[in-house]
Amino acid sequence: MIWQLFLTAVKALVLILALLFAFAYITWIMRRGLARFQVRLGPNRVGPFGLLQPIADAVKAIFKEDITVERADRVLYWLAPLIAFTFALAAFAAIPVGPDGWVVANLDMGVLYVFAVSELAVYGIFLAGWASGSKYPLMGGLRSIAALVGYELALGMAILPVVLMTGSLNLQDIVAWQQKHGYLILWQFPAFLVYFVASLAEMSRTPFDFAEAEQELVAGFHTEYASMKFVSFYIAELLHWITGSALMATLFLGGWAAPFGLPEVPVLWLFLKWAIFIFLVLWIWASWFRTRYDQMIRFAWGVLLPAATVWFLITAYYVAKGGAL
Amino acid sequence: MIPEPKELRTEEMLLNMGPQHPSTHGVLRLVVRLAGEEVLDVVPHIGYLHTGFEKTMENRTFHQNLTYTPRMDYLHSFAHDLAYALSVEKLVGAEVPERARVIRVMLNELSRIASHLIFVATGLLDLGAMTPYFYAFRERETILDLFEWVTGQRFHHNYIRIGGLKEDLPEEFPGELKKFLDTFDHRVDDYQGLFVGSPIFEGRARNVGVIPPEVAIAYGLTGGSLRASGVNYDVRKAYPYCGYETYDFEVPLGERGDTWDRMVVRLEEMRQSARIIRQALERLEPGPIRDPNPHFSFPPKELLSSSMEAVIFHFKLATEGFEVPPGEAYVPTESARGELGYYVVADGGSLPFRVKVRTPSFFNLQSLPEAARGHFFQDLVAILASFDPVLGDVDR
Repeated sequence: MIWQLFLTAVKALVLILALLFAFAYITWIMRRGLARFQVRLGPNRVGPFGLLQPIADAVKAIFKEDITVERADRVLYWLAPLIAFTFALAAFAAIPVGPDGWVVANLDMGVLYVFAVSELAVYGIFLAGWASGSKYPLMGGLRSIAALVGYELALGMAILPVVLMTGSLNLQDIVAWQQKHGYLILWQFPAFLVYFVASLAEMSRTPFDFAEAEQELVAGFHTEYASMKFVSFYIAELLHWITGSALMATLFLGGWAAPFGLPEVPVLWLFLKWAIFIFLVLWIWASWFRTRYDQMIRFAWGVLLPAATVWFLITAYYVAKGGAL
Repeated sequence: MIPEPKELRTEEMLLNMGPQHPSTHGVLRLVVRLAGEEVLDVVPHIGYLHTGFEKTMENRTFHQNLTYTPRMDYLHSFAHDLAYALSVEKLVGAEVPERARVIRVMLNELSRIASHLIFVATGLLDLGAMTPYFYAFRERETILDLFEWVTGQRFHHNYIRIGGLKEDLPEEFPGELKKFLDTFDHRVDDYQGLFVGSPIFEGRARNVGVIPPEVAIAYGLTGGSLRASGVNYDVRKAYPYCGYETYDFEVPLGERGDTWDRMVVRLEEMRQSARIIRQALERLEPGPIRDPNPHFSFPPKELLSSSMEAVIFHFKLATEGFEVPPGEAYVPTESARGELGYYVVADGGSLPFRVKVRTPSFFNLQSLPEAARGHFFQDLVAILASFDPVLGDVDR
């Protein structure tokens, strides 16, 4: 029992370090990648190919003056980045990166856990907007809540057919099912589309990044944050992107399972599949506009949700007929 | 018993936007009255970039003032040089040689393209698209390089002189310009592909910030913003100057006067400008580039070492300027933003008695509340961007 606890703690620590490392380098990938799309170079001065840029940025952020706004609600103002950061970090715990032992928490309710925890992070954003005692962050916070109301149902509805198909909420089981029957993206393509669009909103990425639209809200909910508190939000935001992409890779692309009968290597295959989604999001980011939040809600309720529901009913009928393999 | 829900209390929010704000296109301050995210009213507060150019110009000679003119509208600065020169030339009765007129048209249109590129870049940036910005700046960079080559300056060219131009074009310039134009049409198609037809862009720009034609006229809107409402008024066609009447080009018109139309009209204007430049390049014939009248035109450099008279004229022009017969002149021109004109009053001395600039941005900006009322706060920045204001042009 103690041994088990110890092992989990070690795994968790490794995962946290890996995620923070991934965060640091996703900023690099993001900036270099966007630069490629935009006929420029991106960071290339610190280290080879600018690879040390994230470290330089971190050092800079730490030494920035930490400002607390006078009209802020002190407690919440401090709590908000912590909430956002912690839950963003915790969400990854249930996602397996390899066979049996390669997951921090092999939960029977894995899917639900990831959803629940990553949605909790919205509290961080909303509280930040509320506690800053300033109008721009308030509007950013409200928008993020409005967006949550929009995409949340569609996201949940899109995941139901997957659960019906595989008969489990455990992510390891879902991967095992896909190993046996083929990737769910083939079985569940409509669900995947809905899920992908809704999770763009969940990750607050273009075209649904209106909670921190710098064009009108300056920086949205974290306008009044500086130094490491700001970095916490930044980390949380990118961790959503990392976790969201990993979850998509697990749910629809077979997770850590090796494709085409190639040898099983823990972490590697999930990493490669994860990279596909990271790139897709980056691509969309570089090429699209930002929607208005009312348009997004209308789209989520008017198109995504009905589509997901219809597809859910089709899957349910198929499964009830004994089609579930 | 279910308790009666308490009535929800809502409040209007007064939001101050700017002068330090990422998308007010300079130092504009907007005081926005919001109900949730809906804009109830916008009040633009201007003056943060007021430099007193008009007053300063009363204390400088007619030639020296050419240093101030491009600094008002730093994006389409050539138009300001031109508008000022045209008014003064009308007062002194200068005869601008044909070659100078063609070069003026050519560079004016090139500068207009550079300005519209910025418009497309920042307009789309305000809608949340980052990439077009860099694409448009790539082309603009080429144009600015061309300007640097010809005039020595990228922004504030100071290339126009009363009665002509500072100096002739470099010999290889027309070839390089042609090379740029060859690729430019494709680039404009690319920009069009970046946003026209995108459903998100349609959603953000269609029927947003509509200005009906009669309202546009009532507010004194000019330029692309007016033509987007479907009013066919282009100074280049209505009151031609510099021989614009001899060039073959179309005036693109919008239908609804919304953000979408204002974006697309300017995109089309870039194509038309390129067309004008091509025609101007064909007309480029060797010839003088300045009115030789020694009373306002500097003598050619080579004469200074051989002619006493030339030295005297040069000295007089450089120290006290030239005297302009009493009178007043206003020549309307079409800048990238709309009707631009310098109303110059001369009292017979070598300094202008009064210079009043009719800057298009100032007039265009006042229709912002009309366009933004009732729309979402998120669209406000896009609507503002679609009027293409330059705050230097507003405040002077």
